[in-house]
Amino acid sequence: MLEVRTLSKRFGGLRAVKDVSLDVPAGSITALIGPNGAGKTTTFAMIAGFIMPDSGSVRFAGTDVTRWRPDRIAALGMVRTFQITQPFAGLSVAENIRVGAFLRHHDVAEAEARARDVGTRLGLGPMLDRPAAALTVAGRKRLEVARALATEPRLLLLDEVMAGLNPSEVNEIVALIRQVRDGGVTILLIEHIMQAVAALAETAHVLAEGALIASGTPRQIAADPAVVEAYLGHGAAERMARHG
Amino acid sequence: MLRYWPILAVVAALLPFASSSQFLVNLAMLTAFSALLGQGWNIACGFGGLTSFGHAVFFGIGAYAVAIMQTRFGINPWLGLPAAAILGAAAGAVLGAAAFRAGLRGSYFALVTLAFAEVFRILANSLDITKGGLGILIPLHPSLPNFQFADRRGAYALVLVLLAVAMGIAAWLRRSRFGARLVAVRENEDAAAALGIPLVRTKTQALALSGAVTATAGVLYAQMFLYVDPNIAFGAERSVEMLLVAMIGGAGTVWGPVLGAIVLHLIQDTARMLIDTPGFAPMLYGAILLAIIAFLPNGIAGLRLPRRRSAREEVRRA
Repeated sequence: MLEVRTLSKRFGGLRAVKDVSLDVPAGSITALIGPNGAGKTTTFAMIAGFIMPDSGSVRFAGTDVTRWRPDRIAALGMVRTFQITQPFAGLSVAENIRVGAFLRHHDVAEAEARARDVGTRLGLGPMLDRPAAALTVAGRKRLEVARALATEPRLLLLDEVMAGLNPSEVNEIVALIRQVRDGGVTILLIEHIMQAVAALAETAHVLAEGALIASGTPRQIAADPAVVEAYLGHGAAERMARHG
Repeated sequence: MLRYWPILAVVAALLPFASSSQFLVNLAMLTAFSALLGQGWNIACGFGGLTSFGHAVFFGIGAYAVAIMQTRFGINPWLGLPAAAILGAAAGAVLGAAAFRAGLRGSYFALVTLAFAEVFRILANSLDITKGGLGILIPLHPSLPNFQFADRRGAYALVLVLLAVAMGIAAWLRRSRFGARLVAVRENEDAAAALGIPLVRTKTQALALSGAVTATAGVLYAQMFLYVDPNIAFGAERSVEMLLVAMIGGAGTVWGPVLGAIVLHLIQDTARMLIDTPGFAPMLYGAILLAIIAFLPNGIAGLRLPRRRSAREEVRRA
């Protein structure tokens, strides 16, 4: 479904992303994890067309979409959410979701019905006619997902939709993401919360200092010394082995 | 009660037809004309958030187009009306395509529009076809086929018709797919792009639509006053009037520009009675604009439908 090859991006002297390659098979839930500042969001932004890569390529559903504009990528069926939620603050929750629904539905009544349906499925039912600005953090994260889903994507890029949520909210959204995937949408997600990644993803890729350092099942990754070092510091794996 | 003020406005707008008072007709006509200008600006800038400080460029293009077409080429001004609208739309499309493709937003876009209008003012001042600073006088031939009105009420009726069309466009923006996507672009460009909205195309289309409406106002002006010169057509004061009318009343609403035009004319006429110093009007405009931005970001219409404020209240409650 998604093939990323040797994607690189440099900001001045900083090589934010170095030769990142990864595949997202159709129907899977794939995770991209890594410590703060590893380049996850930059990678996402390049895949979705928000940042132009310096080199490398992105193929989506058999089409080379490298350097495409975000709206064309979205129209093709790959839609991202934002880590820092970006609601249309002046609009109601339903109107927010409707903007997404308008991508595939030109009829206003149809888009409206579609938006209310998606919103209700994502647990935003009671909030649909309230202003988006009135949502809690968890509500805003749901709105991000709802709006993206309303575009009827084939591949959904979720950027830390669980950050800032409490454990019970995390459990709810984990169930929700699984439900979305079972509905036929492939998912690539960036996540910090290891518990969520382990519960959701079949495959995880670990990014550290802009480069991929490991790929595998969440279990394999958690046991990988290079990953432990990236998260906990140089020599941590060795120290843990000695003490553990 | 306050909800029904549009009905009152419509009744008030029709009153001058029943009277022979030139004063009343003039007052109503100029107010409706301001509302039309404000609505032209509002279509791109209120709904789409494209802060234009140079909308006079479209107004001037319309006014000069109809003036040149009839004085030089003998083309009937009724044909000049659609032609001017097309030229206004084309100017909007060119300006939009250039500015938005370059990624200009907010105050940068405002500066470019200001410069664009200024370039046209200078061109009109120096070109032969516009008769430079002399301006163009349209010969007086009052008759309906000639788009000139012996009775001011005729001109006023036409202003009302065009205002109704402009408000119809605004109403369409409020309930259509295009309008919803345009508002989404105004609220958050990144999110809009992520949801598949082509930013440059959407904003350019809005500016072209707005340019067309504003150019028809220019045509009306030329036919009502039968004279156009570079300052009348492309002066910054005209641009400021347009955005003031929309912002006072409520940008991004159907009735805002009408409300704004009424209030602005009340303030203007009162101020003119009290202080008659040249240069006072721009100062007053500046002060009103600051006050609106500081205290009434959604205009007077925002008082009636306090969406932003209620949102904040609900956040507090949550």
